[in-house]
Amino acid sequence: MEIPKSFLGYKRENGRAGTRNHVIILPVDDISNACAEAVANNIKGTIALPHSYGRLQFGADLELHFRTMIGTGKNPNVAAVIVVGIEPKWTKRIVDAITTTGKPVEGFSIEGVGDIDTIAKVSKKAQEFSMWASEKQREDCPMSDLWISVKCGESDTTSGLASNPTVGNLMDKLEPLGVHLCFGETSELTGAETVCEKRGKTPEAQAKFKKTWNDYNDFILKEATDDLSESQPTAGNIAGGLTTIEEKAFGNFQKIGGCQFIDVLEPAEEPTKGAGLYFMDTSSAAAECVTLQAAGGFNIHLFPTGQGNIIGNPIEPVIKLTANPLTAKTMSEHIDVDVSKILSREMNLSQAGDELIKSTLRVANGRLTCAEALGHKEFVMTKLYRSA
Amino acid sequence: MSNTDIIIHDEKDNVGVVVIEKINPEQDCNCWIMENDKSVSIQSKDEIPLGHKIAMADLNEGDTILKYGHDIGKVVKNIKKGEHVHVHNVKTKKW
Repeated sequence: MEIPKSFLGYKRENGRAGTRNHVIILPVDDISNACAEAVANNIKGTIALPHSYGRLQFGADLELHFRTMIGTGKNPNVAAVIVVGIEPKWTKRIVDAITTTGKPVEGFSIEGVGDIDTIAKVSKKAQEFSMWASEKQREDCPMSDLWISVKCGESDTTSGLASNPTVGNLMDKLEPLGVHLCFGETSELTGAETVCEKRGKTPEAQAKFKKTWNDYNDFILKEATDDLSESQPTAGNIAGGLTTIEEKAFGNFQKIGGCQFIDVLEPAEEPTKGAGLYFMDTSSAAAECVTLQAAGGFNIHLFPTGQGNIIGNPIEPVIKLTANPLTAKTMSEHIDVDVSKILSREMNLSQAGDELIKSTLRVANGRLTCAEALGHKEFVMTKLYRSA
Repeated sequence: MSNTDIIIHDEKDNVGVVVIEKINPEQDCNCWIMENDKSVSIQSKDEIPLGHKIAMADLNEGDTILKYGHDIGKVVKNIKKGEHVHVHNVKTKKW
């Protein structure tokens, strides 16, 4: 198949392009959720991104919170942002950082005003932003404007056999076109960590990966009551035939095809070394991982599943594919791309990769994903340790 | 081309994955080795569901299970060729 040269995206002020055109109401903290949700209810064409944290965090955990908030606002799938927090200082820090993209941003704080008057003020601004954004048109954007993140979930042996290699095939075909790519899931590389390390393009990238995985493993050994055998593999994984974390890891690893990663990113960190594949240090919990990748600036997500994970994200469309014929049948409303014909050898990997590229472009051009149509908007902060 | 019942990733692997809804005891199964596109056959000893593994050789306690050509765990209970391979007879080497 000849791969198309462009897709229809929303060009942003900073030169990036979005596959979506959201106006978001972003609460800085848990107690500002009510206000943000009230505004999103008032003003059509806006979405609130409620979450559970943002108070009394400190150190690296607080920095990650800010990075996630700011990165979410900066994501090119977002046309304009309203930030609402209880206090002005942290609100302003987030607003100022998002402003660097050139997109419309406004911040409000609730303290000394109360919810009701804040909701009125924010609603007026949200209406202005929503109507402004509604005039944005999709334009031809080069393929290199696609930033594709990947993560698998509810994996089974069909993931390692077919759906993950399909994503790998897409990566092999799109990497030469200057696409940014990102995989994560530090814990789920356990068992394949030395093989993965060798996929670093430079000695620096390899060393950084090794340190990231070792730090994670030390943390597990310190915090776990016994080991991870109760949660890795999960009960769903075992039902699907996966026996050990090593087996899961080598299946997981198929997602990057033959690509080498050029750098290792902190959670929610934006890549700065140009096009190519990045590894991001993330949890393997689906919503946490995709939230971090979206905050890193990725604008479309590929999610292979075996037993049927149903995750979505509020700003980054999540495309699901499965090679499990039972899942494709019993959970069809969640599956965007069915590649189960690989198992019956009616389709080869390259054909499946082409199908996935076509579906990715349709979604990039505006087709709703199953998760979007079903209203999945999981926005989940990663917490490094308890708050003060 | 006959139907594929079992897929094996790598020629070195000592397990294969069932890719039909299930295989029954004493079923003669067609296996496809993805790496080199060869076909082999095996008779199953157990009922094995979709996605689960079958032993392609006799395996003894302490042996290493190879899948994707890589070490994915150790045998903790002897396994006969054609038997179901899963958490009851294989464990991780990590913990």
